[in-house]
Amino acid sequence: MTLRKAVLLGASIAAAGLALASAAQAQNEQFIPGLIYRTGAYAPNGIPFANGVADYYALVNERDGGINGVKILYEECDTGYATDRGVECYERLKNKGPTGAAYVNPLSTGITFALTEKAPIDKIPVISMGYGRSESRDGSVFQWNFPLLGTYWSAADIIMQHIALKEGGLDKLKGKKIVLVYHDSPYGKEPIALLEQRAKMHGFTFTPMPVTHPGVEQKATWLQIRQNRPDYVLLWGWGVMNSTSIKEAAAVGFPRDKMFGVWWSGAEPDVRPAEGGAKGYHSAMLQHGAGQFGVHADLKKFLYDKGKGSAKWDEVGEVLYNRGLVNAMLGVESIRKAQTKFGKKPLTGEQVRWGIENLDLSAARLKELGFEGMLQPLKVTCSDHEGTRAGRVQQWDGAKWVVVSDWYQSDDKVLKPMVDAAAKKYAEEKKLTVRDCSKES
Amino acid sequence: MLYREAGQFKTTYVADQQIFPILQDRVFVLAVTVVAFLAVPMFASPYLYTEILIPFLILSLAAIGLNILVGYCGQVSLGTGGFMAVGAYAAYNLWLRVPEVNNLVVVFLFGGVMAAAVGILFGIPSLRIKGFYLAVATLASQFFLDWLFARVKWLTNYTPSGSVAVGNLSVFGWKIETPADRYLLILGLVVLATLVAKNLVRGHIGRSWMAIRDMDIAAEIIGFRPLRTKLTAFAVSSFFIGVAGAMWAFLRLGAWEPLAFDINRSFQILFMVIIGGLGSLLGSFLGAAFIVLMPILLNQLPGWFGIRMSTALLSHLEFMVFGAMIVFFLIVEPHGLARLWAVAKEKLRLWPFPH
Repeated sequence: MTLRKAVLLGASIAAAGLALASAAQAQNEQFIPGLIYRTGAYAPNGIPFANGVADYYALVNERDGGINGVKILYEECDTGYATDRGVECYERLKNKGPTGAAYVNPLSTGITFALTEKAPIDKIPVISMGYGRSESRDGSVFQWNFPLLGTYWSAADIIMQHIALKEGGLDKLKGKKIVLVYHDSPYGKEPIALLEQRAKMHGFTFTPMPVTHPGVEQKATWLQIRQNRPDYVLLWGWGVMNSTSIKEAAAVGFPRDKMFGVWWSGAEPDVRPAEGGAKGYHSAMLQHGAGQFGVHADLKKFLYDKGKGSAKWDEVGEVLYNRGLVNAMLGVESIRKAQTKFGKKPLTGEQVRWGIENLDLSAARLKELGFEGMLQPLKVTCSDHEGTRAGRVQQWDGAKWVVVSDWYQSDDKVLKPMVDAAAKKYAEEKKLTVRDCSKES
Repeated sequence: MLYREAGQFKTTYVADQQIFPILQDRVFVLAVTVVAFLAVPMFASPYLYTEILIPFLILSLAAIGLNILVGYCGQVSLGTGGFMAVGAYAAYNLWLRVPEVNNLVVVFLFGGVMAAAVGILFGIPSLRIKGFYLAVATLASQFFLDWLFARVKWLTNYTPSGSVAVGNLSVFGWKIETPADRYLLILGLVVLATLVAKNLVRGHIGRSWMAIRDMDIAAEIIGFRPLRTKLTAFAVSSFFIGVAGAMWAFLRLGAWEPLAFDINRSFQILFMVIIGGLGSLLGSFLGAAFIVLMPILLNQLPGWFGIRMSTALLSHLEFMVFGAMIVFFLIVEPHGLARLWAVAKEKLRLWPFPH
């Protein structure tokens, strides 16, 4: 036998053996795909998030032996934040495992938009926690989308409320100049509608300023800001764009404490590269912040002490790592909820969708899970796929994130009509039949 | 032995001027077409359709379009992504605003015609500026068009995020729903477009393009009008690219933002043309196959062999191996994959008795 034949034979035996092995254990596994990015311009932010997600699933498997005995089978696919690669990953993974993907976290607003069109056909729910299209919280139209914990309209509203509180009331915003520096993609454009609405209501001038992907070139934008001298700058960036913005703000001397980032612009990789320049910078919080809570003790005991963790222990408890944990936990709890109705076995995407829509996490349950202090209770319903609209504001003190505000609730008097109008427009454009949520149990 | 044309006599001009004068080529191309139309739908999985065949076919069409301009007419363009965007958004606006026209073929043709018009507009400077300078001018068109679709809200129907979506598509009453429907529609259009392109480049129009490419002053002296010739190349090229852009948006993405047609798309298609082979339609297909499929293949290969590695390592390996392969192919055959194919054919003619 020649070497080449031997190698080929060996490889095919290995492949066949692997296929057999995975077929044997696949009977009682719930498959969850992970669309993440560990490479590219957004990797500094993508890596800690991906580690958090992977660690939580591993923890559930190690500590509890899966979700009620159903092991989680998790597979990552690197999208590089590119929409076409993300769709490719989704198509590759959606039918894996005994029942296909339970749900999908696109981790990119662009991919969320693309998958929104596919979800009803494939019957796989899309959980876009803290991102995605804001009107998708209307579950009567967007049956398969779940922007849990908050949309960009909620985020923008919470930041505006915080600014108003500092100024002494919403009426004090009159005549102020507010600039939005945003990533020129669906992600960055999402808050514009809400901010324009607020500008109309309170009489401040609102100027959106786009920054093109990947966002390392922002000199022109910040020159304009230096000339215009706005009162506040909101930042809707991601990846290297965030740290670049903060560095540029320092370079043109814009006060960092008048700068407010969205929750995707408020993590350690965003502020650390700017070093001293980031001190005083604010960002909204997707409820949770940095730090270690109950669940982290379990992570240490079951994963990190055994050398099974995917991050370094120092990084556990960073903002984006924690967000990965929260993201995975909401998914796992949704599956657990769905199991109460459909039985303790691997579930299909359609069954898990019911679980997400009926997810109800009380304070006691959150404490049990070790997420006390990170999250407020949330309850998802047919008409409200967001679950909760609470948020806080944090500030970088040069070494760590400090929570500087109380809890805010985004103002549904402003948001609800906008959500309804946008969802209605979407349903009409796509000729969708709208569910009647009052008839859903 | 198998590939020998001894005994194939052409007794008429028609026989001599066929697209494929050699019997074996005719049989081969016919067989590939039959397999693509009949056999593939019998066994293909949705993944194969949506992630392999559909992107490959659409980008092949875009590469054919660019190859007409760069390979046949010698006008370097970096504005392909922009022209694709024109096709996509023109098609979208027709589809959205004139609901009576619920026929994708009409919608795509409209996208192509609008792209051709824009292509002519940006082709005008090509009369005065050449080579790298023209490349920079077309680069400007790319950025202008990017800006246009991101800023002019009417074009994206005032969606808050600038992302538009389409659904409920049909062609002559045939509802395009499953991946197989989309694949067959794309395949039909691409085959048709390739036939048109082939006949264009081997007819007098194509010859005038090649004359301009090889030496524009000489071509002008023997009677080709440079302005008209260059602008027809820009128009035809942009038409194909526009149709490809519309198909990419409607049949591949379904929901898209201007970012789908950014500068990277332009480079991607230019690389397809260069690696596939300048001035070769076959090269456009080979180049598209290489650029579209190779990264996906490299990304999945370790998994198929049961090798477990971290996602980050996998992605980095994909980049490195892919880059090395591009360098390898350009060193082995600077004229592209199509030239490798032609060399293989030459060898096959003499096989098994080379002299």
